[in-house]
Amino acid sequence: MSENQANGGPLVRLDGVEKVFHRGTEEIRVLSELHLEVAEGEFLALMGPSGSGKSTLLNLIGGLDHPTKGTVTIAGERIDRMSDRALSGWRARHIGFVFQLYNLMPTLSAERNVELPLLLTHLGKAERRQHVATALAMVGLAHRAKYFPRTLSGGEQQRVGIARGIVTDPTLLLCDEPTGDLDRKAGDEVLNLLQALNREQGKTIIMVTHDPHASARASRTVHLDKGQLGDEPAK
Amino acid sequence: MAGPLNWFSQVGSITKFGLLSIPQRRGAVAATILGVAGVVAVLIGVLSIAAGFRRAMAASGAADSAVVLRSGADSEMVSGFSREETRLIADAPGVARNARGPLASAELFVIINLPKRSTGTDTNLPLRGVEGAAVEVRDQVKFVAGRMFEPGKNEVIVGLGAARETAGIEVGANIKVGRESWPVVGIFSAGGGIAESEIWTDAKVLQDAYHRGDSFQSVYVRLASPGAFQQFKDALTANPRLSVKAERQSEYYAEQSTLLTTLITTLGIGIAALMAVGAVFGALNTMYSAVAARTREIATLRALGFGRGAVVVALMIESLVLALAGGAVGAGLAYVAFNNFRAATMNWQSFSQVTFAFAVTPRLLVQGVIWATLIGLVGGLLPAIRAARLPIAAALREL
Repeated sequence: MSENQANGGPLVRLDGVEKVFHRGTEEIRVLSELHLEVAEGEFLALMGPSGSGKSTLLNLIGGLDHPTKGTVTIAGERIDRMSDRALSGWRARHIGFVFQLYNLMPTLSAERNVELPLLLTHLGKAERRQHVATALAMVGLAHRAKYFPRTLSGGEQQRVGIARGIVTDPTLLLCDEPTGDLDRKAGDEVLNLLQALNREQGKTIIMVTHDPHASARASRTVHLDKGQLGDEPAK
Repeated sequence: MAGPLNWFSQVGSITKFGLLSIPQRRGAVAATILGVAGVVAVLIGVLSIAAGFRRAMAASGAADSAVVLRSGADSEMVSGFSREETRLIADAPGVARNARGPLASAELFVIINLPKRSTGTDTNLPLRGVEGAAVEVRDQVKFVAGRMFEPGKNEVIVGLGAARETAGIEVGANIKVGRESWPVVGIFSAGGGIAESEIWTDAKVLQDAYHRGDSFQSVYVRLASPGAFQQFKDALTANPRLSVKAERQSEYYAEQSTLLTTLITTLGIGIAALMAVGAVFGALNTMYSAVAARTREIATLRALGFGRGAVVVALMIESLVLALAGGAVGAGLAYVAFNNFRAATMNWQSFSQVTFAFAVTPRLLVQGVIWATLIGLVGGLLPAIRAARLPIAAALREL
């Protein structure tokens, strides 16, 4: 834990963040002068209309992209100036991702998919197996460990995705529209799971969603519109 | 966390995904493998001609045998000796001897026309006049049928290759050259060497038949040992009555094969290079489609923390595996189709036919594998770099 956090500082801190994309000569400002803080153990929902910059913001927090301006500090570490190589290692250590389209490897079974992030650690095979079994049990899919993604329902695939996201016990779990491709029932199961991870395991979660039903499960919701944030009171 | 073991496990994992997804891309993969197989098969096939020809020539000369030509002559065709000169050569120090005298054979050489067994058209064959020691000078000569010709008689013995390629040659048959008819009394092998492409008779008989007086064109000798060559050569060079050049037979035949093997090798490499360009495009296409089909997977792995370098290396390995599979198929095909395939060609240094067997040598197989490796590397590099440069955030949402 950093000095910043030890002093009770936020786990995630964005200061004056700007993100500009270029399309030919055209300049598209997606985020401007954005400030955001997320405390450890929070479950934050990022809402906003399409094109508001939600996913871009999530990518900056997850170290998948660099801001044009401003600083991004996660767990006391500035990541906005990290090299691509350093960011890869940093993501492996600190970030768990959950994607809208699950992004599972179709040629691997559920347990092998969950094991993927562990291949980036120094854990031995037996330890990896144990971690995978625990993660799958946490999402209620221990009995589907040997199944391939194509044989699982959408909800089950997303739960495998969540197991993959938490298997390394990351600092931060980033979810990009995790229920966007699911029906209401499966979506609710996924949201229940995320909520349980936050409440029972203390996992810090940032979730991008455009669904108020999903954001209602978060402990705080912020709205993004035209690159600027607006807060909702914490619950 | 980022130790070398970790990096290797990243490469291993990404490579595994790629190879496991091959069944989903089987058409493009098969086209690539066949493309590379074609290149390697053609390369090895053509070069096996040169290797076979070179081998036939090399098999003709043992380390302890030498050939002597007139100084300045680069083949027997333009060489000439009197009997006196051939005796001086045979008596030179370093020449092996047995109870009958020095192991030396003064020889002459004419070209005759006989019909090919396959087409019936005439082909040039060397008719060589040899002395009794010829068989001992070339220790690989063995009779597979019949016997040695009798000195002073119009009898011939025929090399196995010449007998195989020429119509109507068998023991008991007659070959007609000019006005003379020459009975075939024996068929001999010579370890696959050039002598197998020749017809031999008594030198004296051939001199008379072709009005050559008492002249010869070359002297073949067996040396007392391989190391005796320098002594033999120095003695000939120092003799003021001789103006000759002595060469080990192996070197002489290597020189004789240079023109044809260079031509075949250049042609083979040229054809293979053109085909390789096509195969590289095939590999590029396959690997680009592999990257396109796996854009989201690659981006997901990158998001999870897999390194850019690991992605490049893994895709290069996949490309190499496909190319090497093609190389193995091509090498196997070339071996089955070409190894020991018997053929005859013109030796431009002697203007006569040489029979030989194509030789798919281990060296050619290695050469084929090297070509396949290069095709795989070149074909995989650009797609691998493209995969590594994918913007992760955008690629994660690819369908």
